Amino acid sequence: MSLLEVNHIELSYPSTKLFKGRKDVKVLKDISFSIEEGTCLGLIGTSGAGKSTLGKAILGIQRPQQGQILFQGNDLYRSDKHTRQKMRRELQVVFQDSYSAVNPRMTAEAIISEPLENYEKLSVSEKRNTVIELLERVGLSEQDLKKYPYQFSGGQLQRINIARAIAVKPKLIVLDESVSSLDMVTQSLILQLLNQLKRDFSLSYLFITHDIKSAFSISDSIGVLEKGELIEQYESKDEFFSSKHPAVQRLRESILAEHPRFRTIRRNDG
Amino acid sequence: MTAENSYILNVRNLQVDINTKNATSPLIQDISFGIKKGEVLGLVGESGCGKTATSMAILQLLNRQNMCVSGSVTLHDRELIGLQDKQMRMIRGKDIAFIMQNPMNAFTPVFTIGHQFIETIQVHTSFSKKQAKELAIEMMASINLPEPAKLLKRFPFQLSGGMLQRVMIAMAACMQPAVIIADEPTTALDLHSQLLVLRLLEDIRSKYGTSILLISHDLGVISEMADHVIVMQNGQITESANVLQLFDHPQHAYTKKLLRTRPSLYSKKQPYPYMM
Repeated sequence: MSLLEVNHIELSYPSTKLFKGRKDVKVLKDISFSIEEGTCLGLIGTSGAGKSTLGKAILGIQRPQQGQILFQGNDLYRSDKHTRQKMRRELQVVFQDSYSAVNPRMTAEAIISEPLENYEKLSVSEKRNTVIELLERVGLSEQDLKKYPYQFSGGQLQRINIARAIAVKPKLIVLDESVSSLDMVTQSLILQLLNQLKRDFSLSYLFITHDIKSAFSISDSIGVLEKGELIEQYESKDEFFSSKHPAVQRLRESILAEHPRFRTIRRNDG
Repeated sequence: MTAENSYILNVRNLQVDINTKNATSPLIQDISFGIKKGEVLGLVGESGCGKTATSMAILQLLNRQNMCVSGSVTLHDRELIGLQDKQMRMIRGKDIAFIMQNPMNAFTPVFTIGHQFIETIQVHTSFSKKQAKELAIEMMASINLPEPAKLLKRFPFQLSGGMLQRVMIAMAACMQPAVIIADEPTTALDLHSQLLVLRLLEDIRSKYGTSILLISHDLGVISEMADHVIVMQNGQITESANVLQLFDHPQHAYTKKLLRTRPSLYSKKQPYPYMM
């Protein structure tokens, strides 16, 4: 049994144009895939392809009109309240904008202990020790406990978001453009941290991004989403690079050169 | 330095200090560089190293109340530092154009694109509204924006980020400025829009001989566009080299780290050999 199974989901948002009646916008069309335990599925596509909507559907935030999503064999939207609550613990998320994902009036300690308070019965000292452990796990230290979000850099705050996500030992984390707004060096450090956590806790990720390079550096398989359809899925880089699908070719063309010698945009006019 | 006079934009010993309640601390220390006609100068560095502060200092957009800018910035041998606000306003947008990271914030949401485009043109020329509109449409058509006349009637929130950024560049280019400062122009965009925006900047550069100061933390953008690269760290320039030189033989430890830590599609090695 796969950890997560998505079967033929369809999702549309209602769009109401004043005086022009209602017309639904189809965002996801007949999408099926699965994620095994301890693996990472990368999801790439241009903006507006439906990547984030798919992430929301898997988190249980946006209910698809058709199809079903099975998490550990249980239907995400049709299980009883108790099972759903348990599933919510196993499913966590890290968003792109680290600042808007936290309450500016809470300290790092309060932010990270929130899921612990919701799901575990810990004494005050146990809770604090767990938070310190988590902070150290993501490369921060005890001194950061009492700091507020504005006192952290974007990369550090994203580490706190990751600490919060792993606090209750989830099975699957949806990473929705989690490294996209960070600079290169920070980006690679966070990716490295995510890789380590994945190995240590046998976590699964759904890594949503428009950055093909970072997707390949963390994912075990890659899916390409285009206009609401999951057009192709690959197990290796070679498959991606030999694909003949026009949308994939367009994506490949957009990858920038890694060395100025191979540049294509700038005509080297001396 | 014999070629110093051929620099369109010449920055010498630029220093920016920020005054806080108790102390003065430097944001940028003693930065010097120059850009020749039609050249693309890449500026890289991690966030918080002073890339944006440098561009703001060139444009004199820093708050004079708590920031102290010293040194020299010359454009066509004319000193910009110390100019009156009014004079500086005539230079911004006409001689030096500025493209920001987030196109959504660069436009006012309450006016149409056309209104803002025409306003920009009229401030710097004696064009009538009709002439300005024609120029705007002509400019947008020349960079292959679809249906320019219709686009002008739209409000900023009706366009996608990539589209808006291309409109922004059209606006920046229509005064044929000597220098365009592009501060992370593609960071907020998806891959395909990124490609279109970079191609557009290159078109403008080759057509008008515009010099571009390209600020980015993405080494892919730098390797596609730049002639020369300066690397900044903690408000100082740590390395300045030709782009090929920099990628082949990085000198400074920080530059080496930057090149080593980036994700790569082609190398067979572990993608992240760098450990903290």
